Amino acid sequence: MNSSSELSQKGSGWREWLLTDAPASRRQARLSSWYRSWLAFRSNPMAMFGLSILFALLLIAMFAPYLAPYDPFIQDLAARLSAPGTGGYILGSDSLGRDILSRLIYGSRITLYIVSLVALMAPIAGLFVGTAAGYLGGWVDVVLMRITDIFLAFPKLILALAFVSALGAGIENAVLAIVLTAWPPYARIARAETLTIRNADYIHAIKLQGAGALRIITRHIWPLCISSLVIRVTLDMAGIILTAAGLGFLGLGAQPPSPEWGAMISAGRKFILDHWWVATMPGLAIFIVSLAFNLLGDGLRDVLDPKKSK
Amino acid sequence: MSRDNKTGIELAQVNVWFGEGEERVDAVIDATFSVPHGGSFGLVGESGSGKSTILRAITGLAPTWSGNISVLGSMLGKERDKGFYHDVQMVFQDPYASLHPRQTVDHVLSEALYLHGFKNPDKRIVQILDDVGLEQSFRFRWPHQLSGGQRQRVAIARALIIEPSILLLDEPTSALDVSVQAEILNLLTRLRKERGLTYLMVSHDLAVVSHMCSEMAVMNQGEIVEMLDVEQLRGLKAKHPYTKELLDASVQKRRGKP
Repeated sequence: MNSSSELSQKGSGWREWLLTDAPASRRQARLSSWYRSWLAFRSNPMAMFGLSILFALLLIAMFAPYLAPYDPFIQDLAARLSAPGTGGYILGSDSLGRDILSRLIYGSRITLYIVSLVALMAPIAGLFVGTAAGYLGGWVDVVLMRITDIFLAFPKLILALAFVSALGAGIENAVLAIVLTAWPPYARIARAETLTIRNADYIHAIKLQGAGALRIITRHIWPLCISSLVIRVTLDMAGIILTAAGLGFLGLGAQPPSPEWGAMISAGRKFILDHWWVATMPGLAIFIVSLAFNLLGDGLRDVLDPKKSK
Repeated sequence: MSRDNKTGIELAQVNVWFGEGEERVDAVIDATFSVPHGGSFGLVGESGSGKSTILRAITGLAPTWSGNISVLGSMLGKERDKGFYHDVQMVFQDPYASLHPRQTVDHVLSEALYLHGFKNPDKRIVQILDDVGLEQSFRFRWPHQLSGGQRQRVAIARALIIEPSILLLDEPTSALDVSVQAEILNLLTRLRKERGLTYLMVSHDLAVVSHMCSEMAVMNQGEIVEMLDVEQLRGLKAKHPYTKELLDASVQKRRGKP
């Protein structure tokens, strides 16, 4: 009793320390602003739902060997195409008698791998190109934006297909192809944001303090562009997963026997009329993860939008 | 640049324009005036008269200009170096737009110190907050936690922390409440006295300029129409009809008439 009240008092002390109007150090100011964002984010139930799905996905990927009931590669031709719930296969088995649930669990690693690589590379490339074009203007802007336009003019999946077929099939090349097709919209967004920011008084002010272009772009413009890019990236994640799945489906992404979700759908399409679960289960997995990213993106938009007054 | 020079800022036949060819707009036409070192000079006129543009030409924010601008005795070219920004700083009109929304007061001030290679940033930040009348508890706040007057104090601190000798003031009080306006003006007057600063102030408010400045130039449609000192202004001895009009409007406002 005594210790619990002490604990709650200590807890409220932390809260007060985080929510103070007069932080006493750089660290406190930063933590306080993060904590406020977290509180705003937490009040959005749909976003929290999305975040918890993704958190669960992360845990599943981390502990896949402990969670999966079977080895994802072990075939049991006697039990091929078992219906969900029969023969110990909770989500059924595929055409080679491999457990679909185990394959989905291991496949989450591939999905997260693709998603995080693309999320790291494409927005950063777009941020570099967009902010440089927007801030420096002139011929730099013209050259960078025409290159962006050329990339935008291609249909995404077709361009990714062309890249993959040139580079060879495989996950890494699929990621590279997706990045090459995904960065131009980020460059556009970053440039548009930069154009609205570059003539703001606070940019003039730092310029008048003698800061160079590189410093202004990376220290003053990036922090304001990043939030809209993060929102856009989370909203695009669904599309990226689908593109990766599409490449897998066409046989240009992950190669068998890798349990990549798109490739699993592709393998299941031959049996889709008689054995619906083979294609449906990975489809459901893709659907749930894409939905989670979309919900998360919506929530982040509410929290991170710098134009929204706090 | 030498600091014991007689002139602070000198402009001779300065023209500033925006756009080229048929779209060219002349914002400032043939402006000539000088501000003595340690002096305080006002530029008065309605919005669009080109008074802020003169400040932007001096600081290099308006790149298309001709004529001669010299600061502390040295002529300015097209590019400004760090030494220039060490001597000349500016306070902007709108304190809600002049502070980076994602940077704390501390961040803003320490970056200014870092850029100019000052030692002892902590001591200097504590000192400057004191000087501009902000409590130390404001040091780690974000701009959205500050009021307009407090923000403008931060902007003044940012300009003064690198110890410039010339301060350009672009309507520093026009976005503030009347009571806060007086506080900021008194602060600026005190700081000028304490630090021996040279002020070049832009305002549309004759009362503000007469409070702050010993001399002023009245601008209309890009041209300086009249130069006055504060005695002439107080004696309502303007010669140019436009200045008379401004004076009348200002006097009527003081008396509470529309």
